[in-house]
Amino acid sequence: MVYDRTLGNRIADGIIYTLLGLFALSTTVPFLYVLINSFSGTEDLWPKIWTLDAYRYIFSTDRFVRSLGVSIYITLLGTFLSLLSTSLLSYGLSNRNVPGRRAILLMVLFTILFNGGMIPTYFVVRAVGLIDTLWALMIPSMMSGFYVIVMKEFFQNIPDELKEAAQIDGAHELIIFLRIILPLSLPALAAFGLFYAVMLWNQYFSAILYIQDSQKWPIQVLLQQIVIQTSGSFGDSSAMSENMAFYGQSVRMAVVIVATVPILIVYPFLQKHFAKGVLLGSVKG
Amino acid sequence: MSVAAKTEKVQELSGLNRTSLLKRMWKVRWFYIFMAPGILYFLIFKIWPMWGVLMAFQNYQPVKGMWGSDWVGFRHFDRFFSTPDFWNLFRNTFLIALYDLIVFFPTTIILALLLNEVRHQVYKRLVQTLVYVPHFLSWVVVVGITYILLGSEGVLNKLGGLIGLERINFLFNPDWFRPLIILQLIWKDAGWGTIIFLAALAGVNVQLYEAARIDGASRLRQVWHITLPGIRNVIVILLILRLGNFLDLGFEQIFLMLNPLNREVGEVFDTYVYRVGILEGQFSYSAAVGLFKSTVGLVLVFIANRIAKALGEEGIY
Repeated sequence: MVYDRTLGNRIADGIIYTLLGLFALSTTVPFLYVLINSFSGTEDLWPKIWTLDAYRYIFSTDRFVRSLGVSIYITLLGTFLSLLSTSLLSYGLSNRNVPGRRAILLMVLFTILFNGGMIPTYFVVRAVGLIDTLWALMIPSMMSGFYVIVMKEFFQNIPDELKEAAQIDGAHELIIFLRIILPLSLPALAAFGLFYAVMLWNQYFSAILYIQDSQKWPIQVLLQQIVIQTSGSFGDSSAMSENMAFYGQSVRMAVVIVATVPILIVYPFLQKHFAKGVLLGSVKG
Repeated sequence: MSVAAKTEKVQELSGLNRTSLLKRMWKVRWFYIFMAPGILYFLIFKIWPMWGVLMAFQNYQPVKGMWGSDWVGFRHFDRFFSTPDFWNLFRNTFLIALYDLIVFFPTTIILALLLNEVRHQVYKRLVQTLVYVPHFLSWVVVVGITYILLGSEGVLNKLGGLIGLERINFLFNPDWFRPLIILQLIWKDAGWGTIIFLAALAGVNVQLYEAARIDGASRLRQVWHITLPGIRNVIVILLILRLGNFLDLGFEQIFLMLNPLNREVGEVFDTYVYRVGILEGQFSYSAAVGLFKSTVGLVLVFIANRIAKALGEEGIY
């Protein structure tokens, strides 16, 4: 865009840059505040004593270390399972010679528009015996119909000649998929893998719904227990919140930070791919 | 070329495709094996629950199962529509959706327009990097930060206390519920929402701006007459998508923000289904509420798509 460098335009620029700067700050400052005060030894507005006590404390409790482990485990294994099943289904659907392809595609599309709802899904998860297992955090939300459709489009854009050349050389279909298709799809795999990973790491409600055993809670549930339930001085006071009432502010903040840091670590990688992922998604299926 | 392959070739050329279905399926058998886990997943976790919604027409008892439970027709729906709960849920959902449309949605557009005016590329990238981050945080973290900052012992109240302001209990005051929900939404997703608008803005023809400038159009007029019309179709599509999904909005967020004091203004369909169904064990009744919600949602998406097409836009399917 080209503008004259008039006084009016410079003032307008000044206002625009300031507004954007303020918005960017408002997304950052609350988080920075929590980060800084997690190192505080007191309950003041700004740390008077700097200390790692809060972190030392949470990493010394079994409960915390265990739920951190649960979250890491379900994120790694869940992302692998999700990516594998999604790319395999999408690859199959991208082959126009497969009889029944349209029916499967319609089924997937229909699940995007309509779902059975929380209660029937709960009974299905119960019927297949996943309640109170870590599988309940990975399997019921393993695949997104939307990602399947987008990935199918992606596979369809890979030139058929590449597959045919390999077929003429006598390569097995599995080899073609693993050695030719997947390496060509790395950008899409990275984008969807990161989306799945973020979703798995952040999931909270499915744990509330499917996991009663507090030994198997992911970090988000523990975070909710520590930060949100104990902040209310009344209300849903369970036995849980009573023995946690002594948690100081810095402990709460430290838990927020630990639950967020993995996201911030992958963010630079995410940033490279997500715009592409979002725009891929806007292509009509 | 073998004889069989030759005959197949001849058949193909003569348009007589006599290869049986089974033969064609055998040829791509590996693709079925590839798809098997995915198909099973969708059948079990997406299609089976759709069949399970039949429990909404029963007095479902887990011990008796689907076949053994009594059928009661539309009794649960009758009950739901006649309770005050229904209108309460409807009002709460509708109001949050309305605020979402008149506050959150325009905010993303304005933010995108502002970003589009920035010519200093480093500054633009910096702002983008910062405002996209919160989208990837979980709702537990966002609500957790809200509690830390706005709780009765939170930072804002402590700061207010320093200058002699009275404490405000943001989190337990029903009047603050909807503003907080929308503020959190803006904080988390307004930046993220600009991506699709910025992509559309990048496609606006630069020559139009030059022509307008020669005609003496001011900057604001250029935004009004060129930029906004340039992304009109994207705005319409996203607006319609949001309208179509308005029953689904922010379940986890609302669930985390709910407490006994703001339940009256905060409860929406999904949180009600969870409370009545899972916590109180009224399975069939809550499944009926859920089915009502899904059905209305489906109808809304169809209507929204119709409107889009009537307006000359492409629609979403």
